[in-house]
Order: sequence, then structure tokens, then C-alpha cells
Amino acid sequence: MSRVTRFAGRDPGPAARMAGFLAHLRENGLRLGVAETGLCLEALEAAGAVTPEACRGALKAVCTGCKDEAERFDDLFDGFWMDAGRVRQKVLPKAQVTGSDAVHSSREGGGEAAGTGTMTAPDEGEGEAAGDGTGKLMATQQRTLSRKDLRELVQPGDIAEAEAVARRLGAALRDRRSRRRIAARRGDRLDFRKTIRRSLSSGGEPVVLLKRRRPERARRIVALCDVSGSMSVYSRVFLAFLAGLMRTDAEADAYLFHTRLVRITEALRDTDTMRAIGRMSLMADGFGGGSRIGPCLDLFVRSYAKRLVDGRSVVLILSDGYDSAPPEELAEALARLKKRGCRIVWLNPLKGWRDYAPVAGGMAAALPHLDLFAAAGTLGDLAALEGELVGL
Amino acid sequence: MSDFRLMQAALAGQGYVASDDLSMALHLSVALGRPLLLEGAAGVGKTEVARALAAARETRLIRLQCYEGLDAAQAIYEWNYQRQLLSIRAAAEDGETGRSVEARIFSRDFLLERPLLAAISQEVAPVLLIDEIDRADEEFEAYLLEILSDYQVTVPELGTLEAVTRPIVVLTSNGTRDLSDALRRRCLYSFVDYPDRATELAILQARLPGVEARLGAQVVGFVQALRREELEKVPGVAEMLDFAAALMGLGLADLTQDPEVLQATLVTLLKTQEDRARVTTEVAQRLAGKAA
Repeated sequence: MSRVTRFAGRDPGPAARMAGFLAHLRENGLRLGVAETGLCLEALEAAGAVTPEACRGALKAVCTGCKDEAERFDDLFDGFWMDAGRVRQKVLPKAQVTGSDAVHSSREGGGEAAGTGTMTAPDEGEGEAAGDGTGKLMATQQRTLSRKDLRELVQPGDIAEAEAVARRLGAALRDRRSRRRIAARRGDRLDFRKTIRRSLSSGGEPVVLLKRRRPERARRIVALCDVSGSMSVYSRVFLAFLAGLMRTDAEADAYLFHTRLVRITEALRDTDTMRAIGRMSLMADGFGGGSRIGPCLDLFVRSYAKRLVDGRSVVLILSDGYDSAPPEELAEALARLKKRGCRIVWLNPLKGWRDYAPVAGGMAAALPHLDLFAAAGTLGDLAALEGELVGL
Repeated sequence: MSDFRLMQAALAGQGYVASDDLSMALHLSVALGRPLLLEGAAGVGKTEVARALAAARETRLIRLQCYEGLDAAQAIYEWNYQRQLLSIRAAAEDGETGRSVEARIFSRDFLLERPLLAAISQEVAPVLLIDEIDRADEEFEAYLLEILSDYQVTVPELGTLEAVTRPIVVLTSNGTRDLSDALRRRCLYSFVDYPDRATELAILQARLPGVEARLGAQVVGFVQALRREELEKVPGVAEMLDFAAALMGLGLADLTQDPEVLQATLVTLLKTQEDRARVTTEVAQRLAGKAA
């Protein structure tokens, strides 16, 4: 992260500080527009927020939009408003400075600036002010663990190619099983209501026949990608594929696992491709270590799968099947996953090798539960899967 | 006292114990006239909060249950075709002119109000609950956007119907799919989690005032411990209330008193075969012993 955001003591008033806070949230990936600044001020006024906790609650309701954001909000709030050490204690010969101090302690004058403030981002281009301190902000923290930066692995060009592949695979996974019918120009059944309705204009004679058909519903693709040490050669391809998948399919869902399971859906939806991958690499802590496929899948089945996997889902597992946990755990997790009615596709880069047989304990235990077990080591391999996926 | 405390107190008056974050979000939703999106696991009381809010404000609760394939005809309005047809037949026999028939059959008398239209045509602002929005299709979200931002419905034959009053809109989602950013941006947001021990005890006492303090604490402790077990379907607040009511109905004063009765009453908490099998008498006794 390049710019450090925090508010400076010389901000002219609450409105500017609020704009600064919103800019701070935006830089940390919250999706907020311009109108939210005004809404935040209105909210503080309406809430009669006189304590920091009340302010926090009010701003949280306005600024967050999903669970992930709600969980991060508290840290971001503390980072901006509560970390008094980083406030530039510069006294300016302006009357407003005293007024703006009220941001910390009280909000009794909350009405003073509602809607009238100009949206000035603080410290833009001010070398002096921007020079002090580095923020203690969640998303900008660079931890010095031995971790590979995924940005080095994934190039924007790969993603463009992967997007094309992901789009084709998504199209191959159309499902024709929707029970409800919707109006359509060409359909297999008559739409009685609409036909009668239209016949009113022709004196009760049904001149125009309207049809309905079963719509095609896209299947939801849930991808779980193994990023353990043994898979690192293939990571580049698979991560690009995941990034491509998330950008083409708004329904898709993605996870990384090694010794832990991490949901990367929210991170990969970031509009900025490289930032998305940067966020993903922050989350994939421990990338390149050992793998515990069974326990990770088990966690997935017990947590996310309950909400996100149903009879219309296809679970893609991208892994070589080398598991450091007992194979029974993997078999049990897959059996439970299967019970949710989904299709399970296991893509194993090793399968493409000559003489490869799935003898690794984990892989052998998994085989009975899979709908499709295929080779995939390159984007070309993934693209070639199209035909097999249609038949699922 | 802050304004949101008033909201919290009003909800408490209806037997709903709301956390600070949730009552603040509700208060803002009412004060700013913005829809409120509630997310959280099933059974944490998302739907119930709308009911409590409606009761506290002494207004109607209009509920729209979403499902896959929900369309405008079922959510907003529909013409009553059958009645229109009958009316045309009757008019033909009476010799009524075409123009007057037309004016009559395209009047509001022939319009079937579905929940969204009903919500904006009430004299007193109702609470509109759009339940499980994540089950509806994305196309339906697009319909909602017009109504939630402008509070008006356009009927081609009648023109634009403006809102008489602005409803208080509460949307709930179980998070089975990601909602569009456009919808999220228009809403205030609050994530509702399972209540902590103290809050859950307060809920129990508010809903079942007859429960003895000792049994109440045991029930809450038991359910809280059960939630930490590996279960397919984690019991929610409503299940906890059923469980307490069942124990009271059976005249149990202490959870550890009778293992068989306890095992029998677990039907109120555990809703799948696997979970029943997992919570054996021993497990239940261990949890009950810890809670006691």
C-alpha cells in the first residue's frame, strides 16, 4: 500500500475528516462511493452519537456491506480515529481546530457540518504531512514471514487467458434442471396467464401465443486450490485460473488451502487485479508449506459448504492428493460433501504423467467419491476439460 | 440516553433483546429512511427483529418471502385477469361502451397488490420485511433497486404510483450467494451473530418469564456448549426457546435430574439424524454437567 491515511490535526472540520476516513476505508478495499460521506455525517447526527462506541456502531452500519467488511471495520476504525499517537498535533491559528477535536471525545455538535462540508481528501500532495509515521493499518501491514508473493507468480496476461478458459468452463457447466418456468420467446409450454392477458386486445381470441420454458441456470463453481509445497510448480496456472474464474463468474467461490483453509472470494473480487492478488497473498499465509487436505476439506464441509454448496454446485478441487493427514479423514469429508448433492471434480496435475496411478493414500481414498478425476497442469489442460464437464 | 438506546428499549418491550450494533443500525435505518440489510446464520433472530420493530411502532408488518423464480407479478403487482374478463363479458351484455369499460378494468380495483406495492400504499408506514433475499434471482434484485431508492412503482396502464408513506425496509440474507454491490450500497448493514451467554439469558427471560433462574442458566449454558460441538445444524435462538419451554412443560427443575427426559427433549434442538446420533446420552450429560 502506498499512501498512509490518517487524519491530520489541521483538517478544517468533521466533514473533511469524515472524507479522510472514507478514503482510508476505500484504500483498504471497502466499496464506498462519494455519497457515503454525507450519509456518514447524517448518520452521526441521527444517532446522537456522543460516545466513540456509538459513533463506531453508526459508521459500521453505514460503511460496511458484508461480514468480511464488518469484521475488519473495527480495526480500521481504531486505526483511523483511536490511534492518537499518529495524529499530527499541529496547532493552527484557525478556530475550527478546536471544533474538530470534538471528533474524538464528543459529538454534541454533530449537526454543524451535516451535508455542507466539502469532500476534501486530506494531505493529498502535501509532502510534509504525508511524511510522518507509517500507519498501523490492518491491510497495509507487511509481515516479514517467509512467504512468497503471489504477485510474482501471477501475471496480468495469464489472467486474461485464464478468464477466457474460465468463461468456457462456466458455459460448459450449464444446468438444465430448473423446475420453474419463465416467460420466453420460444418455449415448450404455453404461458396461459400471459396468453389470456394478450387475448384481451383481440377480443378474447388468443391470436398471439406466449410461451414459457425452463431457464438454464448456471451452476455455481466452488474451487478449492491446494497451495502446498508440492503444488508450487502448478500454482501459477491454478491461481491465474481462480482469478479468471472470479472475474467472469459472479457466483463462483474460491478457497486456498495448505495446512489451513482460507476463503479468497472477497479478495479476488477486488476491481484492481494486482491488488486482488496482493490481498490473496496476504491471506495465503504459509503458502508453500505442507498440506492437510482432509482436515481442510472437513472444515470446508462443516462451515462454508453449509451455506454455499447445494445440488447445483460443482466443487473443483485442484490438488495433487499428497496429504499429511490420515486418508480416512479425506474420504469422510468428501462423503459428507457429496451428501450435499454437489458434483465433485478433482483435477490432479500429476495425472498427466505417464505411469501415474492414484496410489497416494489420500488420492486413493478420494477416488470413490469423485464424479470426475482428470489431469490439469496447464491452462490448455483446463480448457480441454470443457467436453467432459458438459457430460456431468 | 442516546437515541439508539430508546430503540433498544422499545424492542426490549416487545421481548426482543437487541445488541448495541443492531439497535444502532435499526435506529439509523428509521432515522435516515434507508433499508437495512441483516446477515447472519439461520436462527439468530433476523426475521424476528422486523416483527418486534413492527410491534414496537404499532404498525403492520408486510412480509415478502423470497424464493428462486420470484418475479415482479408475485412481488409487486398483477392485474386480476379473471375479474377483468368477467367484467368485460358483463359489460358487453349491458351494452356499456368500450371506453368506459376500459377505464373501469384498468383501475386500482382490478389491481392485485403484492407485498411491495402494498407496502408503499399504506396510510401508516409499515415495516416491510424482505426475507431471505439471497434466494431470489439477481433479476429480482434489480426490481428492488427502483423501489428501495425511489419508493415508487410504475404500472404502464395506470402511471407511476408514488409511495403514500415510506415503509421501513428490513432485508435479511443467509449468505447463500453474494448480493450485488448496488443493493448493498443502498442498504445499511448489520451482521447478526449468535447471542453471547448473558444476552441469550436475557432473551430467555424476556420470552419465557416463568422460567426459573437456575433452569434458565442451565438451558442457556447447555445450548451455548452445544453450539461449540461439531453439528450439522447449529441450534438457533428459537430452538433454545423451544427447548426451555419443553423442559418447563415436563416440569424439570434441573437439567441433570433425568437423563432420559433430557435426551427426549433434544428433539427441539437437534434437527438431523447425524446430530441426534452424535449427541449421545453421555455427551448430553457431560454438557449438562458443565452447564449446571
